[in-house]
Amino acid sequence: MAKVEAEVGKRPEGMLGGLVKWIDERFPMTSTLEYHVTKYYAAKSFNWWYVFGVLAFVVLAIQLITGIFLTMNYKPSAEEAFASVEYIMRDVEWGWLIRYLHSTGASFFFIVVYLHMFRAMLYGSYKKPRELIWLIGMLIFFVLMAEAFAGYLLPWGQMSYWGAQVIISLFGAIPVVGDGIVEFIRGDYSISDITLNRFFALHVIALPLALIGLVFVHIVALHEVGSNNPDGIEIKKNKGPDGVPLDGVAFHPYHTSKDLVAILVFLMIFSAVVFFAPEMGGYFLEHANFEPANLRATPEHIAPVWYFTPFYAILRAVPDKLWGFILFGLSVVLPVFLPWLDRSRVRSIRYRGWIYKFALTVFVITFLTLGWLGVQPAEGVYVLMARIFTVLYFAFFLLMPYYTTIDKTKPVPERVVYHG
Amino acid sequence: MGKFNVITGLAGAFVLLAASQSFAAGGGGALEHANIEPGNIASLQRGARNFMNYCSGCHSAQYVRFSTIGRDLELSDEQLSENLMFNAEKTHEVIRVSMPEADAGRWFGVAPPDLSLIGRAKGADYIYSFLKGFYVQPGSPTGVDNTVLSGTSMPHVLWELQGYQQAVFSEHTEGGVTTQHFEGFEVLTEGSMDAKAFDEFVRDTVNFLVYIAEPIRSERRTLGVWVLMYLIFFWIIAVMLKKQIWKDVK
Repeated sequence: MAKVEAEVGKRPEGMLGGLVKWIDERFPMTSTLEYHVTKYYAAKSFNWWYVFGVLAFVVLAIQLITGIFLTMNYKPSAEEAFASVEYIMRDVEWGWLIRYLHSTGASFFFIVVYLHMFRAMLYGSYKKPRELIWLIGMLIFFVLMAEAFAGYLLPWGQMSYWGAQVIISLFGAIPVVGDGIVEFIRGDYSISDITLNRFFALHVIALPLALIGLVFVHIVALHEVGSNNPDGIEIKKNKGPDGVPLDGVAFHPYHTSKDLVAILVFLMIFSAVVFFAPEMGGYFLEHANFEPANLRATPEHIAPVWYFTPFYAILRAVPDKLWGFILFGLSVVLPVFLPWLDRSRVRSIRYRGWIYKFALTVFVITFLTLGWLGVQPAEGVYVLMARIFTVLYFAFFLLMPYYTTIDKTKPVPERVVYHG
Repeated sequence: MGKFNVITGLAGAFVLLAASQSFAAGGGGALEHANIEPGNIASLQRGARNFMNYCSGCHSAQYVRFSTIGRDLELSDEQLSENLMFNAEKTHEVIRVSMPEADAGRWFGVAPPDLSLIGRAKGADYIYSFLKGFYVQPGSPTGVDNTVLSGTSMPHVLWELQGYQQAVFSEHTEGGVTTQHFEGFEVLTEGSMDAKAFDEFVRDTVNFLVYIAEPIRSERRTLGVWVLMYLIFFWIIAVMLKKQIWKDVK
């Protein structure tokens, strides 16, 4: 271990060494690299739940790079948008690959982010002193939702148009100012070329900029307090004589080499979708979106893309339009308060009692079922199911202060559990 | 394609599981399975011929270039211009329709849709069942209706080949509401093709429509195999690297 670290920590000599010295006197290059990469210590006991942060970063990079090339050929106008996407798919060299990478990336962004958030719930990563990391993370999630929503309008297909129509009109449920807000978002009396143009601006400039800024702050905050681990204990409490946490290993080369394995597994799954099932049975690219937007023909079945469906199911479960909108908004926002709703003395699920384990299991089933219900027609038994699971969804959060207080916890070890 | 079909199938099997339940939603009765063969070039060539002869008079395929068809369907420029390009001069041109859209709208009530993407929007089974689903309906403007898309403004273009058929419905009354169930077709007049030949004709046409909806499909699958093999190779190296770096961590 010492040998590898010596290699990595070694400063270059000769010409290169001179250049590094020249830069370091003018810019904190080496110290920044050390602080964030080669001397950032995280627990050696990370399991595979800990790869989704890095994977989210990989997907962000995929989206940004493919997005640049799509923007070179896409035309943000109601007249040309649909045709320009087909132009990319058929006539632009490798355009089909870039477009599929981007459309598949959108769905995988949510898969990875949902799993990243679930990891935080498993090991109590949002608890003190990491509340701010969680809050910034939730902001990233909100911006990501807006980014995905704006992006989905751009191909100007039937589902782009009518999906946006349904979601934007939700704001009309707000009393007094609702209609004004709807008009403000659309910039028109209906979804039109004007809406498409502003969504394009938001999708390629405003929201990605916010996303990158927030991701940066997310990581800065993380590196300030240090990463949590599957045991939910502070590795900084046990330091060696050199000031390095005894249970920690440097981000590079240890965690980077481990992450590389995860990234490759991820890319295999990702490529399997891109090359063999880019439509993913109509869930990643909806069939109706291969027809151009038609103001006069409503598709028989409008559903948002799969990653919004759990919240959409909650919206439809409520018979009243305004209350549906309120509960829909609450369901998205409630996780923000997790650091204060969770009163447990321990962080990790490993040392929690059966009540939290049970509650979290029910929550996972609830979230998945709501997601499935969101793509079903809102009729018959589906409505009843959506109502039951909506209650369960809110119960998980609202009853949390109670059940995490009475839950019997197990003693937490001094050092992390690690089996070589 | 060809030799990679088996590997392709295996590699993509788990994602295709999800893909197989496409087009589950949709109106009308159960759809017939089209059973198209996307890798069958001869079938695609026949489909191209059928499309240009029977569909392209009214339907455009405005994103599809003849040169692309030539490349993928192994047709030379001469073969393209002699057999398929009825109203196009250069092979890089797209499949346009000669009928003005405004007139088409007046004549049919709605302009015939562009068919570039119909294969992806509706799926093979839908189009197959639609093209076979015309039946005599005296009250309708075109004299026919369709079991898949009731009230369609499309006339029975393939009547010479298929002949005319009658749809048999049975009535069910449940709780005061009477619904009609489609039972099957009865031949009224014979066409120039027997039922089997007509099925093949429609199957080839649908195969072509699915192909033009995504001409890159077979290429992406072939490339995907190489990409996955590369990733597996790189993954093995990454696992070895990780083990080497972590070997002293106790």
